[in-house]
Amino acid sequence: MTDHTLTNGQAAPARAPRAWPRRSALILAGLAVVFAVAVLAGARYGLLMLIGLGFGMVLEGLRFGFAGPWRAVILRRDPSATLAQLLSIGLVALAAFPLLAGNGGELVGAHAPVGFAMVGGAFVFGAAMQVVLGCGSGTLVNAGSGNPVGLLALPFFAIGSFFGADHLLWWTSLGTAPIVVLQGVSGLAITLGALAAVAALLIARGPRGAWRLPPRLIAAAVLLAALAVAHLAVAGQPWGVVYGLGLWAAKGAVALGADLSGSAFWGTAQHAAQLQSSVLTDVTSLTNIGIILGAFGIAAWRGGLAQRLPDLPMRAWIAAAIAGLLLGYSSRLAFGCNVGALFSGISTGSLHGWAWFAAAFAGSVLGVRLRGPLGLEART
Amino acid sequence: MTGTRKITATLALAFLVAVLALDLAAGIRPDPFAAPPILALGSGAAASGAHCSALPD
Repeated sequence: MTDHTLTNGQAAPARAPRAWPRRSALILAGLAVVFAVAVLAGARYGLLMLIGLGFGMVLEGLRFGFAGPWRAVILRRDPSATLAQLLSIGLVALAAFPLLAGNGGELVGAHAPVGFAMVGGAFVFGAAMQVVLGCGSGTLVNAGSGNPVGLLALPFFAIGSFFGADHLLWWTSLGTAPIVVLQGVSGLAITLGALAAVAALLIARGPRGAWRLPPRLIAAAVLLAALAVAHLAVAGQPWGVVYGLGLWAAKGAVALGADLSGSAFWGTAQHAAQLQSSVLTDVTSLTNIGIILGAFGIAAWRGGLAQRLPDLPMRAWIAAAIAGLLLGYSSRLAFGCNVGALFSGISTGSLHGWAWFAAAFAGSVLGVRLRGPLGLEART
Repeated sequence: MTGTRKITATLALAFLVAVLALDLAAGIRPDPFAAPPILALGSGAAASGAHCSALPD
């Protein structure tokens, strides 16, 4: 994300006389991208690009994230932004549970099994996302807004996701429970009750008045929830990030001459077909591209691209690359990142979303302690 | 490190162009006439997109 510390947490003030041509151009460019995708690939894909742009604009524009808020809980017991995450997940669940119940064939949830590799993957993801201060969506937002650590992590994230998917069946063979899905009114009540319980725990551990959310975070939570529900209705599946990144690396491998027909993952009919299809027809690719472009647009809108790049030691860049690789690989074993597993898993009733939450938070406790020794604290 | 985020943000856009170029280089083009209905909800069609939570078939 754009670093706002120089402006006391406020967006950079508009320079009205010089800003409007740039901002008009940004709006036109965004609309042109949506229109082009709709014309070239189809109306659904144009709409998904628009939703992706919305995700990126909300995440960057309202400074809504996942890694930073967890870090605030761990280091300062400040729960406000994590409470906003829980609020957003709860709002999506309120819509997603009845939608999935009434339209089971057309819509699917982010349902996956809990297993040894799943829990271990979530733990590693939680640690790695604290190292680069960027989760699945956060890495995209950071890259789009010109954060060099996020930009470096992104291609390694994609490569890790590619290999993680390729090895997924071996990892799941180590021990995987049946998929457990909370459904119906009782499932929704349990989900909302569990979200409320986590929120109550965070508030009880936090400073006085910690339950009061700033309007910015409430707006972000509501907008993100609205976009996630729209995504479910348009795509037929919940918001995700990781698959698309792995697909990009898989396409790169094929371009370099790799034969993936023998892959236990990329060689299966569905994924082999996706490799032969345009990324403009892949749901998560479209929203990923939209997130990067949306974050870029907001950073350019604010003048945030004029920020100077940080001076980090070499070990920090190496750590960012390795963390990116781990983010991609581990998120495949965990059946998703903070978006596909935590946000979409919990909001569509999957038990693996809760297991991911617990394991990734434990990993984050480790990860926040790694940033300093790895030379990444100098940038904050 | 010298420079501003204009450099890195431009590189991020270049990364996206490279991803799209992989398809162009392989001769892969989208077909808008084969596109699914604009909304999955109410379409009557089974969900078919790939997601990170799904095991391979």
